[in-house]
Amino acid sequence: MNFTDEQITRYSRHILLPEVGGKGQKKLAQARVLVVGAGGLGSPAILYLAAAGIGTIGIIDNDVVDLTNLQRQVIHHTEDLGTSKVRSAQNKVKALNPDVTVVPLEKRLDANNAIDIIKDYDIIVDGADNFPTKFLINDACYFTNRPLVHGAILRFEGRVFTILPRQTACYRCIFKAPPPAGVVPSCQEAGVIGVLAGVIGTIQATEVLKLVIGIGTPITNRLLDYDAKTSRFRQVKVAKRPECPLCGEHQEISELTESEQPACALNT
Amino acid sequence: MPINVRIPPPLLPVTGGKSEVEAMSSNIGSLLEELETNYPGMKERLCDDQGELRRFVNVYVNEEDIRFLDGKETKLNEGDEVSIIPAIAGGN
Repeated sequence: MNFTDEQITRYSRHILLPEVGGKGQKKLAQARVLVVGAGGLGSPAILYLAAAGIGTIGIIDNDVVDLTNLQRQVIHHTEDLGTSKVRSAQNKVKALNPDVTVVPLEKRLDANNAIDIIKDYDIIVDGADNFPTKFLINDACYFTNRPLVHGAILRFEGRVFTILPRQTACYRCIFKAPPPAGVVPSCQEAGVIGVLAGVIGTIQATEVLKLVIGIGTPITNRLLDYDAKTSRFRQVKVAKRPECPLCGEHQEISELTESEQPACALNT
Repeated sequence: MPINVRIPPPLLPVTGGKSEVEAMSSNIGSLLEELETNYPGMKERLCDDQGELRRFVNVYVNEEDIRFLDGKETKLNEGDEVSIIPAIAGGN
């Protein structure tokens, strides 16, 4: 594929970077990235991936835009209230960069469809807001061997890390199982400072660009935690766990299952 | 100088909103008891009925997972920073 003059101009600030160049920009144009959740983390991730010229962005979400979303889900505007988040996000991407093809998936990722959906993409971005979906994405990425960029936010704290299945620590290596419902609060119940979604979702997009272009060092085998109150970034080392039920020496999970637990509820 | 314990968002209600607390314990096992004494309810959130750390909670000493150190026997020294890191799920 060759870029038009207009595309060369559009992506000139990328192409100028020796680490990216025309070659890296082509890789971006050929990449297929799935963003699970067009919410807090998905909003900045989708916008930056689209601006960067990712060729195909799949967006999966079954929700509609509501007023409480607009404090942080910057891809959705006031006029989108009541519209499906996938459609709303697709419209913004179209307006931002017509080079990008959006695959709209107005549904919930579940144990029945996850493998079929994920296998069509090169890299997966986790912008889901609940533990069952986060574990499901982790497991589906293991079975399809797709890199996964995980993100999570709560109150003033965010976390991001990348998983290269079979090579680096997976979500289950770090957290063996979802907490029981009610133990860890959700944003809905505990609140979240809106800009945190921008910080973490944008780091997730950065991880995707690095993986696609093949530069730098991904956030693997470590968790990057950000505390907005103290402005501290902190990393802790994690490692692949031989006893991991998914990617360890004695695999106990051989197919996708979804825990019955609904989105976490507050217990204070 | 005591050790510093970083409290994650889900446990802030237990510490009355304090995101860092000080402790004097010499290992992780006794630290868990000390936290429970000072902040009742802490231990049941971190440990199961057998007193083992729950499956979705990790504890780090100076950025090293205690699983790769000596678990609950991991020694603590003055100035160490202990981080309690549970899974968090928000994203929406």
